[in-house]
Amino acid sequence: MNAVTLAILTPLVTAVFCLFTLRSPRLQRFFGVAGMVVLLAVALRLMAEVGGGTIEVVRFGNWPAPFGIVLVADLLAGIMVLVSAITGLAVAVYSVADVDARRVRFGYYAFLHFMMFGVCGAFLTGDIFNLFVWFEVMLISSFVLMSLGGEKPQMEGAVKYVTLNLISSSFFLAACGILYGQTGTLNMADLALTAREMRPELLTMTAMLFLVAFGLKAAIFPLFFWLPASYHTPPVAVSAIFAGLLTKVGVYALIRVFTLIFTEDLLLTHGLLLGLAGLTMVTGVLGAMVQFDFRRLLSFHIISQIGYMVLGLALFTPLAIAGTVFYLFHHIVVKANLFLISGVTARYGGSFDLKKLGGFYAATPLLALLFFIPAMSLGGIPPLSGFFAKFAVVKAGLAGDTMFGGWATVLAVIALAVGLLTLFSMTKIWAEVFWKPAPEGHAPHPGHVPPGERFLLLAPVAALAALTLAIGFFPQFFFDFAARSAEQLLQPEIYIHAVLGRTN
Amino acid sequence: MNSVILATVSRLLTGLLLVFSVFLLLRGHNLPGGGFSGGLVAASAFVLFAFASGFPAARSMLFFTPHVIIGLGLVVAIVAGLAGNVAGLPFLTGLWDKTPLPVIGKLGTPLLFDVGVYFAVLGVTTLIVFSLGEDAGEED
Repeated sequence: MNAVTLAILTPLVTAVFCLFTLRSPRLQRFFGVAGMVVLLAVALRLMAEVGGGTIEVVRFGNWPAPFGIVLVADLLAGIMVLVSAITGLAVAVYSVADVDARRVRFGYYAFLHFMMFGVCGAFLTGDIFNLFVWFEVMLISSFVLMSLGGEKPQMEGAVKYVTLNLISSSFFLAACGILYGQTGTLNMADLALTAREMRPELLTMTAMLFLVAFGLKAAIFPLFFWLPASYHTPPVAVSAIFAGLLTKVGVYALIRVFTLIFTEDLLLTHGLLLGLAGLTMVTGVLGAMVQFDFRRLLSFHIISQIGYMVLGLALFTPLAIAGTVFYLFHHIVVKANLFLISGVTARYGGSFDLKKLGGFYAATPLLALLFFIPAMSLGGIPPLSGFFAKFAVVKAGLAGDTMFGGWATVLAVIALAVGLLTLFSMTKIWAEVFWKPAPEGHAPHPGHVPPGERFLLLAPVAALAALTLAIGFFPQFFFDFAARSAEQLLQPEIYIHAVLGRTN
Repeated sequence: MNSVILATVSRLLTGLLLVFSVFLLLRGHNLPGGGFSGGLVAASAFVLFAFASGFPAARSMLFFTPHVIIGLGLVVAIVAGLAGNVAGLPFLTGLWDKTPLPVIGKLGTPLLFDVGVYFAVLGVTTLIVFSLGEDAGEED
């Protein structure tokens, strides 16, 4: 069986195993972690197949495109599935020590894998309505994960989360309806061809509907406010996988439709994206400055980093898109890791409040080092992964070969300033949590967590930090993948030909 | 709910609804019906029984827990999809037996897939209704 089908089936089968063993948390933890290991192996195989630049197409039910649903794995999809599997494995291991037996009995692992099922499906599908279905699979399972346990702040966060995401879904559905009504097809490759014959104003309006739908999922300005209102409420493992993956699925969908389908009126659509990217970066980072809750602060930083990714997409040059792709995988690893670390400090120090934490550098220098790597990477300090991500996007903005002229330079300067403020935020966490002496009665106690659990908490953190270092020390290797996937994205004919066998 | 009328009627109706649900499942390939509506009708049979005779009785009539039924349904659907792969065709490819059987019609993996959907829907619906109903019962 091909890796594309396997990447979708593995999480589904794992979820079924977890459903059958609901009563036994031990077995569920085993299946939960083992399923992620298998998914990682599958993702590596997928990457080996598409890494060379071939686009793999699977026709579900053997119905030919554009009539049936196709799954399409290009380089971007392959990269995203691989990074998702890595993050998923780290979170599954972390969950063994972090998620209590009660939540596991209620089906935590089953829904974690149902969510991965939705995420992998969203990355691999080549059909716009099918993408909607994968988004729903992801939304429903993430809603369960967020409310699992039923604590009061959790329910409050979950209600906001699900309400705004449902609004996004209705925009998405309406946009699909208009596209189908106008073109008679839902296959993305076919849409890329037929949408060109739509009336331009109608096509632009549909593009705006998709922008709202995916913008809400990706938390871009001004549709981001559900994110900091909900991401700090569930267990840390859940926050971490949400922070790493879910908004990035929105960004992925934006990249997909704004490189494949809506490329007619670039100055309008991508100009709007450019403006929104700037506002997203600035509001996100300013929002973070006033936060003193570890996870809320990190949540605002997700928003500002999404701005960089959208900026790369808006600039629409090979270097900029490559920067966006590089940013995507760098950010997923780093952000998930920072959330996991916030959980470790909360376990040791008993709080998520930066003011009540302190003295961690003296108590656990290892944790301080493990925090330092992703935090400085997020701030964009060379030679860590975040530096190269920012470098590519900013360089693309300053290069002067974009269609926006001076505005691209302005946005590049904003991106640099936001990078500085990000560094300020990370330094704030460093100073508050690690550097300052512990406040009265809030000394960190690593010893209170049993050694076995401590290992399970720190091993995924260390693995993700090592990956950040690897991306930073061998940027050429990773950037090469990003550059080749940008090449594929900017030549939609390759994608269209792979799916339909023709390009007109 | 203690009602002699409901209890008597439900004994008849539960069986009828279950038979009707199988009818819907089997005619579903080309006509209105199918696994989804069949599953919903089957779930309504169990819900009616639960209202008449109580949730514990309905749970024991269901035999498996709703979670396991969802899992079984998914397994059946996945197996139906994998049959395509075994034959060397893509996932979910429909394979049909050429000779039609009386009453049921032609047999094929899409029917098996529908059976999976039937059980998944039955499991999800009973899970939701039982959880809500038992929660409400505790507060009384």
